[in-house]
Amino acid sequence: MALEAKNISFRYSRKEPWVLQACDLSLARGERLALFAPSGYGKTTLARLLAGYLTPTEGQVLLDGAPLPKTGVCPVQLIFQHPEKAINPRWRLKRVLEEGGILREDILDAFGIERPWLDRFPRELSGGELQRFCVARALMSGADYLICDEISTMLDVITQAQIWNVILDEAARRNMGLIAVTHNRHLARRVAGRIYDLSRRQWDAADSNGA
Amino acid sequence: MRRFNRRTQVVFLAALLAVMLLGVYLVGALIPESAYASNYLTAKQPPSWAHPFGTDSLGRDLLMRTLKGLSISMTVGLAASAISAVIAVLVGIAAATGAKWVDAVINWIIDLVMGVPHTILVILISFALGRGLRGLLIGIAATHWCSLARLIRGEVLQLRNETYIAVSRRLGKGSGWILAHHLLPHLVPQFFVGLILTFPHAILHEASISFLGFGLPPEQPAIGIILSESMKYLSTGMWWSAVFPGLLLVLNVLLVDKLGDQLRRILDPSSAQE
Repeated sequence: MALEAKNISFRYSRKEPWVLQACDLSLARGERLALFAPSGYGKTTLARLLAGYLTPTEGQVLLDGAPLPKTGVCPVQLIFQHPEKAINPRWRLKRVLEEGGILREDILDAFGIERPWLDRFPRELSGGELQRFCVARALMSGADYLICDEISTMLDVITQAQIWNVILDEAARRNMGLIAVTHNRHLARRVAGRIYDLSRRQWDAADSNGA
Repeated sequence: MRRFNRRTQVVFLAALLAVMLLGVYLVGALIPESAYASNYLTAKQPPSWAHPFGTDSLGRDLLMRTLKGLSISMTVGLAASAISAVIAVLVGIAAATGAKWVDAVINWIIDLVMGVPHTILVILISFALGRGLRGLLIGIAATHWCSLARLIRGEVLQLRNETYIAVSRRLGKGSGWILAHHLLPHLVPQFFVGLILTFPHAILHEASISFLGFGLPPEQPAIGIILSESMKYLSTGMWWSAVFPGLLLVLNVLLVDKLGDQLRRILDPSSAQE
């Protein structure tokens, strides 16, 4: 029961340079890991490869030993850095949650989603408010692994804490695997058991209070 | 008095225009043939209270004939533009989402249809299909979908790469669901604006093809027929036989154009909350 990247490399075309080369990573269910690197080391690319948004040029992404399913709910859900791009601008936000089949009172309360927001359009909400919807949607049933690609970079600290607490609670309750992509070492230590430094290609020891 | 916001105003205006267009159509459809029958005693009369638009060389009342003609033109225009808009959406989506060769073939056909002047193509198609209403309708519908199809192809190509579509797929939604819930709603404004902007085109083409004698048969009171007949008598001073039908045609086309513009504003998502 694990999500594995086996020796994956990626480049956009033959003429382009490698974005990511020979990367190995494995994450078991219930495990939490942070991907850490400065800008430009391919964190987002790796996140997209793991969630199946991109196909590796070389190597394989395996879930429990098999490739990611092409149809149905993908067990690996990615939450994007920019929520406004991940939501249909013509939809009222109620539909965004309905699309994930997760329009539930407890989820709304946990994320602090105010009821009037549900009838608004995406451009009428702030980035932080939208991101709550994206996170909630990704928690739909069938999601076993969650990849959070710098989801809290543009949020204030209180909202960050609120969103991360819900994610960590949900992940623990449902025994989900979690990858947090971040440049913030403190956040990485706080949410993850292990930290992988993509720039140096090595594991950092996590603080004891991190897990 | 409370001022209405733009959305309400636009809805009101569009409704008014729609009612007016419907009025012209219904009046035209309900006019009995006797109202514009020939009567040689009243031939070539200038506008009067009895005949506000005057009468033609056969003594037929031009107001009734014009209204009837407009309603025929509108039927042809609406049917032809609706058919061509539907063709455009289907072809546009097929080109953007299908295999590479489908896209290539469709683009080739679009270039071909756009490369030949519309008038000639409509004449040829209409002639091949035995003229009359059916030939004209198919001719106009088959030549007016190209630019809208290109627009929709471009739109769909852009939409396909949107993150929220990729997300939707990961949330377990199939292609049909994504098409119905994400893609098609985005194409609604393009569809309606395209349809309504094709409408005046179609009416003018119908009139011009009929004017040239390749469209509707002469006994049908289409605007093109009326204008073409009036040409023969223009030099004898029968100015009314060309001015009023022509004016009404232009007015009708402008109305539809305005309606299209207002509809576009309503359907534009950025103005949805104004």
